[in-house]
Amino acid sequence: MAILTFDTAHKPRQSWASMAVLLAVMVAFPFIASHFGNSWVRILDMALLYIMLALGLNIVVGFAGLLDLGYIAFFAVGAYLTGLLSSPQFAALLESVVNYSPALGDALVKLFGEQIHTDGIHLSVWFIVPLAGLIAALFGALLGAPTLKLRGDYLAIVTLGFGEIIRIFMNNLNDPINFTNGPQGINLIDPIRIFGVSLAGEAGSKATVHLGALSMPSVNAYYFLFLLLGIATIFMTSRLQHSRLGRAWVAIREDEIAAKAMGINTRNVKLLAFSMGASFGGVAGSMFAAFQGFVSPESFSLTESVAVLAMVVLGGIGHIPGVVMGGVLLAALPEVLRHVVEPAQQALFGKVVIEAEVLRQLLYGLAMVVIMLYRPAGLWPSPRKEDRPAAALAKEEHEENEHA
Amino acid sequence: MPELLLNISGVNKRFGGLQALTEVGVSIAKGQIYGLIGPNGAGKTTFFNVITGLYQPDTGRFELAGQPYSPSAPHAVARAGIARTFQNIRLFGEMSALENVMVGRHVRTHQGVFGAIFRHKAARAEEAAIRARAQELLDFVGIGQYAHRTARYLSYGDQRRLEIARALATDPKLLALDEPAAGMNATEKLALRELLVKIRDAGITILLIEHDVKLMMGLCDRISVLEYGKLIAEGLPADIQKNQAVIDAYLGGAH
Repeated sequence: MAILTFDTAHKPRQSWASMAVLLAVMVAFPFIASHFGNSWVRILDMALLYIMLALGLNIVVGFAGLLDLGYIAFFAVGAYLTGLLSSPQFAALLESVVNYSPALGDALVKLFGEQIHTDGIHLSVWFIVPLAGLIAALFGALLGAPTLKLRGDYLAIVTLGFGEIIRIFMNNLNDPINFTNGPQGINLIDPIRIFGVSLAGEAGSKATVHLGALSMPSVNAYYFLFLLLGIATIFMTSRLQHSRLGRAWVAIREDEIAAKAMGINTRNVKLLAFSMGASFGGVAGSMFAAFQGFVSPESFSLTESVAVLAMVVLGGIGHIPGVVMGGVLLAALPEVLRHVVEPAQQALFGKVVIEAEVLRQLLYGLAMVVIMLYRPAGLWPSPRKEDRPAAALAKEEHEENEHA
Repeated sequence: MPELLLNISGVNKRFGGLQALTEVGVSIAKGQIYGLIGPNGAGKTTFFNVITGLYQPDTGRFELAGQPYSPSAPHAVARAGIARTFQNIRLFGEMSALENVMVGRHVRTHQGVFGAIFRHKAARAEEAAIRARAQELLDFVGIGQYAHRTARYLSYGDQRRLEIARALATDPKLLALDEPAAGMNATEKLALRELLVKIRDAGITILLIEHDVKLMMGLCDRISVLEYGKLIAEGLPADIQKNQAVIDAYLGGAH
């Protein structure tokens, strides 16, 4: 990566400039893209959520080296928590308790009040989002605790099981007490409302958000929120990486026994990795629920866990810019293909030869195989610590001069 | 009798049907270089792993600097003040030499998630202190110029030194070295010997497992000899050299 570099330790000026350029592009994007329809911005909205997920998973898989195939479970926890606490679902929950055990149900209805019994709970985003992070972190520790002694394949299988358990719970926790509304999912989840401004736009505004004199489509408003959260995630994970804790995580990845012998309490440090990773997933899930207005178990299948893991591995495991790139590519490219392939075929052949969905999956799989064969460390791996840094830097400069 | 730093007695360890250690114990005075020798499979490394919490002993009494300690977990032992190296080098291969030593400071530092993310003043100060101390230790063992090289690309002898520097970073009272001279040539052994003397002179007691009897004789203040999981001799190097049981153990005596 000769043009863009994020190596703040060695090339601070160039990397700050790269970040500024990238930020400017990111901020300008929705204003330009919305001229071509909201779907482009929506694609990026989802990509930003996936980036948050990938960065969270990167803590567990990339830094601490703990293979987690059930990561989407934390996304699900965040999403469902948001669904339960900001939709009519809580009313359905109370109703099911009343049907199940009238005594207990009536007591609960009295406790919560008639308002909640009819409308459900609608809490503020300022409360729900931190809570989603916290509860997801708790689930992270819950998953971590029994797996502390496991490594590699064994750990992968247990985490895979955990992910499926959560999904199956979501699918079945509607009877006798209706927590999740089962396969139908939770509907009518409140959009995010910050300082009285609803990011979905007020009723009758045709999903346009007014911010003072500024007005923009709802997807753009969400885009900026997710961009902000994405940047916060990058900031936090990169600070964690370059800290005492980050070093401890990498030490465990590199040699767990040596890490123990150096005085690292591997139990606590691993649990912390699981919790921290999970909390990002929980926050992303909360955003997802509010953005979509709807959650159902099928959004949290094993395929999703694998997709997030693929973003981490293909992008560059343990390397934050690589993981972000992996997230953008794998989340956005398939959607872009969906929009481009069919019109392109229409123009070329006058008919659709291969359906976009088929081609998309074909290319997705093919890309994974090719990247893993030719770039096993990922598209944008961590810069290697050179054997002779001075010589390596000189070489790079020489190459740059040749290009110039 | 000088002040005892490490006092261990009555250690038994059984792996299934194999009695690996039988009533083993050592008493190491402060400021000594203490050697533990014995033929292959005598139980030296097992004893080492018991002391440092990697294996759980069946019985045993453990005392460090007058305080009983429980070798129940390696990280607790490191916190108590015993740092170790490994027979087959175990570095954090993908980290730089400096980062390896910085990991060694983990147990003596405190910043958590909050400090990592917000980098407040105390966190920045601690991080700077960790870095400075790590560089100092790399210089001390003589590989300061390789601070930013990836650990696994260092030469074999330098990897050994790095492992020692990493162990020293935990501020140990006792430095336990498992065959640090394995695979070294004569020049490297001489340099290692100088380093160990330098560490002892800095006030750190050393427990050393080694095969190279010649190196041990000139270096150690006292030596214990293990055979088949039992102590067969303990004393000054000169006495050990003349001990018939030890000679038999190494050369195969008349039975």
